[in-house]
Amino acid sequence: MKVKVIKGLRYSKEHEWVKVDGNRAIIGITDYAQDSLGDIVFVDLPEVGRNVQVGDAVAVVESVKAASDVYSPVSGTVVEVNTALEASPELINQDPYENWILILEMSDPGELDALMDAESYERFCEEEE
Amino acid sequence: MKGRPLIFEMSKPGRKAYSLPHCDVPQLALEEMVPKECLREQDAMLPEVSEVDVIRHFTRLSRLNYGVDSGFYPLGSCTMKYNPKVNEDVASLPGFTQVHPLQPDEAVQGCLEILYRMDRLLSEITGMDRFSLQPAAGAHGEMTGLMIIKAYHQHRGDIRRNKIIVPDSAHGTNPASAAMVGFEVVEVKSNDRGEVDLEALKAAVDDTTAGLMLTNPNTLGLFEGNILEIADIVHKAGGLLYYDGANMNAILGIARPGDMGFDVVHLNLHKTFSTPHGGGGPGSGPVGVKKELEPYLPVPVVEFKDGVYHLDYDRPLSIGRVKSFYGNFSVILKAYAYIMSMGSEGLREVSEFAVLNANYLMERLKDHYQIPYNRRCMHEFVISAQRQKERGVSALDIAKRLMDFGFHPPTMYFPLIVKEALMIEPTETESKETLDAFADALIEIAQEVEDQPEKVKGAPHTTPVRRLDEAKAARNPVLRWKP
Repeated sequence: MKVKVIKGLRYSKEHEWVKVDGNRAIIGITDYAQDSLGDIVFVDLPEVGRNVQVGDAVAVVESVKAASDVYSPVSGTVVEVNTALEASPELINQDPYENWILILEMSDPGELDALMDAESYERFCEEEE
Repeated sequence: MKGRPLIFEMSKPGRKAYSLPHCDVPQLALEEMVPKECLREQDAMLPEVSEVDVIRHFTRLSRLNYGVDSGFYPLGSCTMKYNPKVNEDVASLPGFTQVHPLQPDEAVQGCLEILYRMDRLLSEITGMDRFSLQPAAGAHGEMTGLMIIKAYHQHRGDIRRNKIIVPDSAHGTNPASAAMVGFEVVEVKSNDRGEVDLEALKAAVDDTTAGLMLTNPNTLGLFEGNILEIADIVHKAGGLLYYDGANMNAILGIARPGDMGFDVVHLNLHKTFSTPHGGGGPGSGPVGVKKELEPYLPVPVVEFKDGVYHLDYDRPLSIGRVKSFYGNFSVILKAYAYIMSMGSEGLREVSEFAVLNANYLMERLKDHYQIPYNRRCMHEFVISAQRQKERGVSALDIAKRLMDFGFHPPTMYFPLIVKEALMIEPTETESKETLDAFADALIEIAQEVEDQPEKVKGAPHTTPVRRLDEAKAARNPVLRWKP
């Protein structure tokens, strides 16, 4: 199955994407993630102001199959969450790259270097299959 | 289903399903007998219907039910085996049904004897030293067992041990129970044989390890062949081993968790020991421990001294009660009847047939579905619908289509480490004819996926309700008849 990957974003092995906007990291889950999860029925968002370390479970995405943690791909402070997902979690299924989950003010932008670019992530997904 | 009224909608004012004899005592107004604050201001919205309406309504509903008494139920990891009816006979003997849990010990010696003997039997079957029969279900047993592990470490002053290790194939209840008891959960990966990766385990243990939770055979239906080494790694690090008994049906009379190095086990009487499972059971999840953990078992424990059974509450290190009274007694009784009617050889045969049936089914299906871990399985096995997924048909679609053939679907999308997983556990009680009919159905569905995938994607076609919108049901649950 061909999954959609967007050039210019950074990707984690846990299937999160990061869009960098200055010192802010916009974070969501990938097309591969939403496809594996199936219909998403609930998104548990973090509190604004929370400090997170890279790898922390920062949100929960629940589908008809399973509840899965979203791991923060970078460290920082939560400055914004996508509250539209509370009423319409299916937005992630419809367009996982448009419908971000949270925005972090990064404390260490150097962590971005550990993430994959679109090409490596695409290869990573193929290996996962 | 649509168009059939709810019983509330059948209600007509004044219609009754009962008739009471004439009252032979003076009648008083309700207000004279019951304090005002206890009286309801509005009538309860109970349906007013005739007796025949009630009988037809609930008989119709009961016929929509699907249970192990109506057909094959291969729900992996759940051991939906047939419940012998002799168990019910034993549990309904008046000597057991006409007792009260507050009767003094000397008046319920028979019941206490059952509890005592059941402890001995389960200890023998699992290789443990002592059991508590209190926990009301498997997850409750897990919580109890983990509380015992916590109490053990704390009593020794080893308070840094706050981590429980679980493999990535574990039952979801394992990490959930560990978190509930206040442990941090550490996940270890499985290797390419579907077993615990020893190197990953070695890297995960340290002086904060409280224990490891493991199912053996694991949720892939595979026996953890390295179990002695696994036990050694955890014990050397100072942790304890917890055995999730969900898959005990594979090893009765053949291997014992106690001999594998486990310190705590829970069993599911409603799985392995043939007591009713679905529909609320109720369940029963006894917890067994090795000698050094006995002091921490829940109170009370049944003791036998000078020819008399008594409930022992004098256990200062106990974690306390985990359930009112003594557990789900009638369920324990049914399981006791099962063990006694099977005998030790019969129980061994249970596992031999459970394993044989699973392997037979797997062999019949392996040319038609992907088998991610293609080796001898134990009492259950996992197939993957990855091949069918390429044609746009998912494991969910196949599960739904099986209902059209009159079968309960297998467990889906579990364990999480297998994509498009269908987990099949036939149990020992099924005949070759039933197994063949089920295999034929799955093979026919695989063919349908090639020839007419839309038929599978639109299933079920013959059930009382068609495909339900699970996402809508979860996103927008309607839980009340009227707001």
